Amino acid sequence: MSVSRAEKKHQRLVLAQYGITKRPTAAKTFWKRGWKHVVAIAVSIYAVFPIVYILSGALNEGGTLTGSNRLFGNIGLGNFVDLFNNPQKPFANWFVNTLFVSGSAAIGSVFLSAMAAYAFSRMRFSGRRAGLLTLILVQMFPQLLALVAIYALLSEIGQVFPWLGIGSHLGLIMVYLGGALGANTYLMYGFFNTIPKELDEAAKIDGATHTQIFYGMILRLAAPILAVIGLLSFIGTSSDFLLANIILVKPEDKTLAVGLYSYISDQFNKDWTVFAAGAIIAAIPIVGLFLYLQRYIVSGLIGGAVKG
Amino acid sequence: MTIQEKQSKNKTWAKSILNDGGTPSLHGIIIKITLLSVIAAVMLFAVMILIGSGEFLVAALATAVTMALIFVYLRRGMLPAKYMIPGLVFMAIFQVYVAVYSGYIAFTNYGDGHIGTKEDAIEIMSLTGQERVPGSPELEAKVVSNGETLGLFLKFPEEQRWAFGSAEQSLTFAGVEGTLEDPLYKNYEVLRFSEVLGVQEELGALKISTLEYFPSSYVITKDATYAYFYQPTLAYDEATDTVTRITDQVVFADNDDGNFASLAGEKLQPGWRTQIGFANFEKAFTDERVRSAFAGIAIWTFVFAITTVLVTFAMGLGLALLFNDQNMRGRKIYRVAMILPYAFPGFLSAMIWRSLLNEKYGFINQVLLDGAQIGWLSDEWLAKFAVLFVNFWLGFPYMFLITLGALQSIPDELLESARIDGANAFQQLRLIKLPLLLVSVAPLLITAFAFNFNNFTLIFLLTGGGPKNIDAGLNAGHTDILITLVYKLAFSAGEGSDFGLASAFSILIFLLVGSISYIGFRRSRTLEDMT
Repeated sequence: MSVSRAEKKHQRLVLAQYGITKRPTAAKTFWKRGWKHVVAIAVSIYAVFPIVYILSGALNEGGTLTGSNRLFGNIGLGNFVDLFNNPQKPFANWFVNTLFVSGSAAIGSVFLSAMAAYAFSRMRFSGRRAGLLTLILVQMFPQLLALVAIYALLSEIGQVFPWLGIGSHLGLIMVYLGGALGANTYLMYGFFNTIPKELDEAAKIDGATHTQIFYGMILRLAAPILAVIGLLSFIGTSSDFLLANIILVKPEDKTLAVGLYSYISDQFNKDWTVFAAGAIIAAIPIVGLFLYLQRYIVSGLIGGAVKG
Repeated sequence: MTIQEKQSKNKTWAKSILNDGGTPSLHGIIIKITLLSVIAAVMLFAVMILIGSGEFLVAALATAVTMALIFVYLRRGMLPAKYMIPGLVFMAIFQVYVAVYSGYIAFTNYGDGHIGTKEDAIEIMSLTGQERVPGSPELEAKVVSNGETLGLFLKFPEEQRWAFGSAEQSLTFAGVEGTLEDPLYKNYEVLRFSEVLGVQEELGALKISTLEYFPSSYVITKDATYAYFYQPTLAYDEATDTVTRITDQVVFADNDDGNFASLAGEKLQPGWRTQIGFANFEKAFTDERVRSAFAGIAIWTFVFAITTVLVTFAMGLGLALLFNDQNMRGRKIYRVAMILPYAFPGFLSAMIWRSLLNEKYGFINQVLLDGAQIGWLSDEWLAKFAVLFVNFWLGFPYMFLITLGALQSIPDELLESARIDGANAFQQLRLIKLPLLLVSVAPLLITAFAFNFNNFTLIFLLTGGGPKNIDAGLNAGHTDILITLVYKLAFSAGEGSDFGLASAFSILIFLLVGSISYIGFRRSRTLEDMT
């Protein structure tokens, strides 16, 4: 069903009458915007190169750091096999630990701050405004500045309950939960305020208790945003190095951030490609989550506090 | 009761039900009671242990908090408290209390050599303040036991007879081996090696007094094969609260700084934790060694944080202006490529750049610079440059994202009217886009500054603070920022830890960042909007 040239020309003239012109040719576009593409490509290479490099290193079977300078010179999955077969550096444990610690901290922190935000949003009590302001002010003292006190406190707790002290995952989770209220409550408070109060009242008249309203209604209506905040908090804690490093002691208890550092801090050249394989596995879930969530991050609301 | 009265009573009742949040369901109550019982049980256990170890104040506090918790959750009403307490408990302990506790530690000498209490220190001194009696013989030892008490058979050199001693029995000569008939030790049997391993701890604590050989000395064994005469070197006198060194009769008195010290200034180790007033803060400003390191690092921290924010913002803005063009092809692909550094976990990026910049084997030197041996991470200035360069890489995507978002939210009509009024592209940018952009982006820039001021992960994983600054008094490097210095002071292996000084520094950091952020937020009016 080909259209003749004359017909095409006619179509174009008709469209031009309404101010719709055909797009310029590809060549013209290139020259007009060509420089933009040159800059964009250069910046993209700058941005992506280190990641390509680590990917190439991960696939470089049995190689060293020196050997990895030839990008994709030697491809195989041997490093991934070695990664999971090193009893001194139990990568599988690190991975599970990170999932457990950051996962629990994310779920716990969303739950705790959702409860507080519910109280701030739906109830009127004395000290409510002061409470909201305090949350913002408390947040200004970054938890990591108190690293010495956190260490000392956990050592003291550990003398009573060893399963909560230095070296325990639960202790680390508790520390992360300590920062939960300050980081998320204000954000959720804003979202809860957008859920109409009339819904609560209707539910109350139907005999719903406050717990039923909270669990059955508010949490469900806000579920998508709660999920986003939870995932962002997961990304944040899984990238934490400082607190995990001072609190976790045994090699098999470490998280990915602390564990992978042991590859870099000793025997730098030798096991480098195995480290690269570990880095790829550690990065994939986080990069995936991040790209999936980017529109929420771009909205600016959740901004600076995310990356750890 | 009139109908009106009844109605109004019903109304009040209905209202109270609404305010209390309705009638609770049975399974709700069961869950609540179970959780509360678990918490109460755990706390009861903790309180018992605390009382056992003499921590009465903490025990009382824990009891009070638990009682308050049970009180709030078991009665009706107080709904806001019910919803806020779980989060508040964690915040109170792990954010507020630790901040206050940091402040407290900053005024103590807590650290290596000052870990425990004074009583602990005296006990340790009495255990470790001992030396081998000069000129005393080496004894052959056999570990023996009668099933209850541990003892030693000891053989003096050039003696045929064995001596015996235990915790209860001072050293006594026994007899030739095999004829041990004395009632004192006849039930004792020599332990096999495997049995000795089982009683090592008890053996380590075994001191046999030796009245007739060397006055105030005792026999101990460290390896279960040989035993030696030891004598205490330090004697604590409770009445005068002093420690005397027996060998030269030097008296050490409590110096109020957590040590026993002699008049000549010699200190005994270990010391104990105690209040030392502003000494840590004074050190930061007056002690020449600490002051030079602190000042240098503080300046570098500001340079690092400010340069990072300004340069990444400029990069992000430039790219955002470039990409704020609906018709550009391949925008989405470029965008994904450009935000990858932001999406990639920061701790991994730092480690990857550390490899790329490696002096001997790294890609930058080996491939890009054709085998040059440039010390990107080992030269003072190059390392500073490298740290900044890597942080630009880490930070520009975020700035790109937020400025692009802000640019796109500027209404087209504004720019159009500016164009009609004859503004050129640069004027549009300077007079319209930038001011509007800064309104929404300024708070995020302040947050970015505060974040980079404490960007521990990057510095620690990329350079470890190094290269080492030999001129600085503290264990500091040329790329150390304040937070990595705090970490090194507190946890660096081998150099000894000074928790007190580290906490003092973290308080100073808080004051610096806190006041800068506060001023910044006030100027950008965010704080007013929030309140």
